[in-house]
Amino acid sequence: MSASIEEVSGEDIQKYYDRLKDDVERHGYHLNPDEDMTRDLIRGLIVNQRRNSYPSCPCRLASGDIEEDLDIICPCDYRDTDLGEYGMCYCALYVSGDVLSGEKAVSPIPERRPSPEERAKARAETGGAPVHAGLSKPVWRCRVCGYLCGRDEPPEKCPICGAQKERFERFM
Amino acid sequence: MADHNLKHIDGADRGRILLYALSTCMWCRKTKQLLGDLGVAYDMIDVDLLEKQEREEVTEDIKKWNPECTFPTVVINNEKCIIGYNPDELQAELQVTR
Repeated sequence: MSASIEEVSGEDIQKYYDRLKDDVERHGYHLNPDEDMTRDLIRGLIVNQRRNSYPSCPCRLASGDIEEDLDIICPCDYRDTDLGEYGMCYCALYVSGDVLSGEKAVSPIPERRPSPEERAKARAETGGAPVHAGLSKPVWRCRVCGYLCGRDEPPEKCPICGAQKERFERFM
Repeated sequence: MADHNLKHIDGADRGRILLYALSTCMWCRKTKQLLGDLGVAYDMIDVDLLEKQEREEVTEDIKKWNPECTFPTVVINNEKCIIGYNPDELQAELQVTR
């Protein structure tokens, strides 16, 4: 819990930035072109990674319990919906093509993440989703990128976006 | 809330301004910068730096103003709450309380 923003070096940020930018662009996403903002956010991600061993959203309060925070590990479960609706994710690390080209400005957007009570309820409801009649396998959905696969268990890592197995939900 | 958690920033008195922030959050940093540029006195607290019990107490305080407990949350004179980085509203509100 001791990691602080002052302990993150410019070199740490640059390394993370280069790796992320390359990865993001290969997958058809865009980082915020305002590098000051983006570096600031990456510093927050690095601090959260050091504190809790997972890089949760720098603009949301992490609980420190990975089970509770799976949905806000960057990229969060809400990124794609927010990119579609607002052209940027909640913290503005990811932006749409409109923002990248300068047609649309970066500005804060409302929080989409449900309350802890609503999240607990949703977990309880989807936990027991029945396999649809006629399907030979359950269908799993990656909450980060929407990838679907029909197999007994979700993959260890999403083959599309690289999200961990825990980020999958039973879809059908 | 225990006052020892608060960091005071000197400036012109525009009423009691209390900023709840996260040290890691870019929008919170922009809010701090704006308040600094406006030259107003304010108190702030980085909630992510608190130990568990204090953090819970502070988040309960925030929820009274902002049930979703998002950051930044600015409470002015214990009567008005501005949620998120909102320079226009913040400036307008601080003019009014001038």
